[in-house]
Amino acid sequence: MISDAASPIPLEAFLAVAAMLFCVGVWGLINSRNAVRVLMSIELMLNAVNINLMAFSDYLDGQLIRGQVFAIFVITVAAAEAAVGLAILLSLYRNRETVDMERFNLLRW
Amino acid sequence: MSIASTTQQICFLVLSATTVIGSLGVVLLPNIVYSAFLLGGVFLSVAGLYLLLNASFVAAAQILVYVGAVNVLILFAIMLVNKKETLAAIPGLLVRRLLSGAVCAGLFALLLRVAFTTPWALPGPTPVGEEATIRIGEHLFTDYLLPFELASVLLLMAMIGAIVLARRDVFSTDVITGEPADQGLIEKDRTPLLIETSANAPTLLTKP
Repeated sequence: MISDAASPIPLEAFLAVAAMLFCVGVWGLINSRNAVRVLMSIELMLNAVNINLMAFSDYLDGQLIRGQVFAIFVITVAAAEAAVGLAILLSLYRNRETVDMERFNLLRW
Repeated sequence: MSIASTTQQICFLVLSATTVIGSLGVVLLPNIVYSAFLLGGVFLSVAGLYLLLNASFVAAAQILVYVGAVNVLILFAIMLVNKKETLAAIPGLLVRRLLSGAVCAGLFALLLRVAFTTPWALPGPTPVGEEATIRIGEHLFTDYLLPFELASVLLLMAMIGAIVLARRDVFSTDVITGEPADQGLIEKDRTPLLIETSANAPTLLTKP
């Protein structure tokens, strides 16, 4: 347990790391040509949100650590999302023989 | 966690640098296999950040679920769809990258401004530290019991859905038309079901 009153790491440092991770994830989500990389970017964004939840849980809600419980649920949903997303990706690849995001345009105007 | 302040700061700097550089590598590296392994590194360093935040249980869950399951699943997907394909050039790709980079930089600046200007109610209550696992267990079996059970239902649905989506079609006859299904279309010759004759007009492949 952090014994001294002022924690050695400020809360804002964790928030800054999470913001950076989230923005890198958004950029990768927009710009990736490979569908697997899009899923990886989504995982990066979910991790950024989890870092935020854990930081707030430790700094502002130290007794009832509700942020940690919420982070566990986020991890669960992320695992389900990864499984279903990769299954969709496999069936897309089986039908279209490509993983290029620019060629998945059947529903595009 | 009862380690010295300087050690915590050094750990935080190393872990956050690994996280940020690794995530940039995940997004920017041309080889997707390297990206997948770097993603594992990012997950591990995020677990280290959780340890710095007095959350040993969530750090263990992060390593087990993300590194052990999600990352391995992504590697499997890469191995299954790993085909060298030359991506067709797209007009205005550089403009799009620069524009989205500017948007993301703006979002980053906004988030940083919010993080640094909001007066957080610090210092909050003293963290529970090593008792965090006990508290999480109490939460999961009292006030978060319903979401906990719903999460198990969600995982079951995701598992069944993934199996249904990813398995090959094994019906001997077409369900809709009653004709015998051409398994060779699915199993042997790897002709895509949808082929593109022109750029914007995909046509259904007729059965031979």
